[in-house]
Amino acid sequence: MSMITVDHLAVSYGHPNRPTRVVDDVSFDVGANETFGLIGESGCGKSTILGALAGRNKQWTGRITIDGQMIGAKRSHEQLALQQMVFQDPFGSLHPRHTIGRILLEPLEIHGINDRQNRVETVLRDVGLPVNFRYRFPHQLSGGQRQRVAIARALILKPRILLLDEPTSALDVSIQAEILNLLKDLRKRENLTYILVSHDMAVVAHLCDRVAVMQNGIFVETVTKKQIIDGTVTHSYTKVLMDGSRGYVPKTPIATYRSPVDIAG
Amino acid sequence: MTFWTRAMPDPSPLPLDPILTVRNMSVGFPSLSGTIPAVRDVSFSVGREKIGIIGESGSGKSTTGRAIMRLQPPGAIVKADALRFEEIDLLKVSEKDMLSIRGRRMAMILQDPKYSLNPVMTVGEQIGETVMLHEKVSRRVARERTLGMLERVQIRDPRRVFDLYPHEVSGGMGQRIMISMMLIASPSLIIADEPTSALDVTVRQQVLSILDDLVTERDIGLIFISHDLNLVRSFCDRVIIMYAGRIVETIAAADLNHAKHPYTQGLLNALPSLDHPRDRLDVLARDPAWLEG
Repeated sequence: MSMITVDHLAVSYGHPNRPTRVVDDVSFDVGANETFGLIGESGCGKSTILGALAGRNKQWTGRITIDGQMIGAKRSHEQLALQQMVFQDPFGSLHPRHTIGRILLEPLEIHGINDRQNRVETVLRDVGLPVNFRYRFPHQLSGGQRQRVAIARALILKPRILLLDEPTSALDVSIQAEILNLLKDLRKRENLTYILVSHDMAVVAHLCDRVAVMQNGIFVETVTKKQIIDGTVTHSYTKVLMDGSRGYVPKTPIATYRSPVDIAG
Repeated sequence: MTFWTRAMPDPSPLPLDPILTVRNMSVGFPSLSGTIPAVRDVSFSVGREKIGIIGESGSGKSTTGRAIMRLQPPGAIVKADALRFEEIDLLKVSEKDMLSIRGRRMAMILQDPKYSLNPVMTVGEQIGETVMLHEKVSRRVARERTLGMLERVQIRDPRRVFDLYPHEVSGGMGQRIMISMMLIASPSLIIADEPTSALDVTVRQQVLSILDDLVTERDIGLIFISHDLNLVRSFCDRVIIMYAGRIVETIAAADLNHAKHPYTQGLLNALPSLDHPRDRLDVLARDPAWLEG
């Protein structure tokens, strides 16, 4: 059964009389417990799609169905709690003057949920942080720990879907591995559905089952993980993105240069 | 089993004609509770090659680059047994002389052109300023040189771009402008601090190939500071791996997969790879012994 169905979605920004169309007619569906990837360069509209799904952006047309319910212009709290976002920059997305506990309580207050203290402790444990971290401020945490808090904040409403907007781009390689492992574990344990936005093909291929490659507001290709790993993608832009994640490719190969495949092997 | 200590000879061949020699350089920041070391006893030399410095945030890679340029933050203490750039002793040279070295003989490319270009000066004026300052040429000559340089970094319409302000150009174009600004005075050493981290994959390839061509064509040295292992191993000739302010390993880029130090191995294994997909990524287990080597 599909968790998210998007049909002819178009999203624009700006004044309704002179809209700038950022997403231009995309359709896809994401199954329950699947991870769907969106990849493309900056400004191609990948985060905008997440914004429309999360209810952050209201200037969209088309049909969105989440968990069997058609999404309209107005959503109930229950509908909004169904999908939660995790943002790129753990330094910018947590309130600097609020403790971790305060940050985690806020969604519960907005949604009028009780059993708050218990939920905060459970969710901190879920993301692998000590419970006493609730008394700390964001500046007392490392980048990886902060991203764990951001994931905890998204999980505290017990959503079915996590919308991940470049969750590891601001982190070091070693920390990125921890967060990617955590996301993989959480998906299995909590039976979550993910939509992951990234510009790194290796990260997307690691986490996702299917990936949509975006350029200028449309999907140029939707590929499976197997296609990426086997290298049987068809669109040239997808190939450019794949080469990009392997590193630099000199224009004129020099004698000492070995292809990325050889180096890795 | 501490075969990666400094006592061992450098496994990669040393450049015969070093442009820059750094011996036992340390950079520390004084604080109320004593000096906090950011860089500890690093030694390396750079010839006419592309050398990469890899490390996590806080490993001291940018501090090393800045200390070489003598651009360390005020208050920082730089100590070294030797810090030699061509015939100049960087430890002794005055700030006044440094002004004629920086930009002319060694230059630095920074991460994000959005923040490192002057927002209230046109692109052309900024690039031309370097030659006017260092070579005392007229505005007209500087303009000609700038237009030539812009063309060299593959900007299609140099005359139009010359009069643009930094906010009017894209990230990739901004970084090419930065490269042209740094290379116009023909320096012999370029320090590039994460020059492509703010760029898209597609643009990154183009900017790197321009940088690659210029470094090869002019036969100069490049220090390429980055956190991207795949990028450095495919772009550079040699790689320096830094951890907690120390160099843990120096290795030829092609041999990175056979790196000996557990930290380097850990970093490589933590990387998701298209060629070797794994269900779980290895998490780096930090050994306190790495701090002291």
